[in-house]
Amino acid sequence: MKALISLIALLFLGVTLWQLLPFFAPAEVLQGVAAHYVQQGVVENRGANIVTSVIVNYRGLDTLGEVVVLFLSVTGVGFVLRRRGGVCVPKPTPASEIVETGARLLMPPVLLFGAYIFIHGHLTPGGGFQGGAVVASAVLLLLLANRDRHLPHALLSWVESLSGLAYVVVGLLGLIGLGSFLGNDPEALGVWNRLFSAGIIPIIYVLIGLKVGSELSALLEVMTQAGERE
Amino acid sequence: MINPSTLYGASALILILVGLATALLKRDLIKMTLGFSILSAGVHLLIVALGYIKGGTAPIIDKAEMLKGASDLTVSANVMDPVPQAMVLTAIVIGVGTTALMLAVIVRLYARHKTLDVNTLARLKW
Repeated sequence: MKALISLIALLFLGVTLWQLLPFFAPAEVLQGVAAHYVQQGVVENRGANIVTSVIVNYRGLDTLGEVVVLFLSVTGVGFVLRRRGGVCVPKPTPASEIVETGARLLMPPVLLFGAYIFIHGHLTPGGGFQGGAVVASAVLLLLLANRDRHLPHALLSWVESLSGLAYVVVGLLGLIGLGSFLGNDPEALGVWNRLFSAGIIPIIYVLIGLKVGSELSALLEVMTQAGERE
Repeated sequence: MINPSTLYGASALILILVGLATALLKRDLIKMTLGFSILSAGVHLLIVALGYIKGGTAPIIDKAEMLKGASDLTVSANVMDPVPQAMVLTAIVIGVGTTALMLAVIVRLYARHKTLDVNTLARLKW
């Protein structure tokens, strides 16, 4: 009965949306705020990647909110899966030698690649969130290879807090010096399409990369250990 | 020939319906979480496809031909809409957070009730 009602609702939704499909046609030219972002993006920010300009500069305040949401969800996972005293922890089966050696071999290049992605966020596809996810995947490899390894919690939480704080400080410096939160100084933009360009955009994206990387690493450790305890 | 935009819209619609069906009809909590992930993938595809511009390239201005002139940095090239792409990046990150939270709650539920069947977890039913 319940399945039947669900199926009827899905069918209704599918038919309704299907009839809207012919109106889903591509636009010929950009309009409104998107046209301004594309045409003036390089003039105003010198960043080659317009998506990065939108995320870090034009809508930088929203990205700060997004970082806060990610932080809250990681805190929530840590709270839900928090350690209970007196639980007997069975010894996990060690990973095979191939996984261990492979992890030791792959860890440095993967970390380097993550750092490359978030440092070049204003020039190439990618950025802080993507680079942070790549860094966290290196940490996941490490955790899978050595099941009883513990990450340095103090270091992770310091990196996370300091990079979050530095993001707000960069924003406040813009408020004090230029009159707008996260404002980009037009005198200090540099040359278009170079690594040291685009003002505050690479600085903020490196901070976001460090923050996301440490947050997701802490998340992975909490989740792998919770799985072993149950 | 089928319009590529319509094709993207149709695939997004199919993904959304498959995700919703999984979330509604499956009784296993992990499979329901997977359904929500498929649903959000469909929504992401739909939003990115909204920013499609006929004949445009990616919004990354890394060639001098895409600018108006050597000294004028105004972009003249035909590129895709960057705003939906930025929105989807945000949505993906938030999706990771919510999925992690859902899985954490599922781990706790399993530890307490030793089951993942949503029909036996009747505590919150009315």
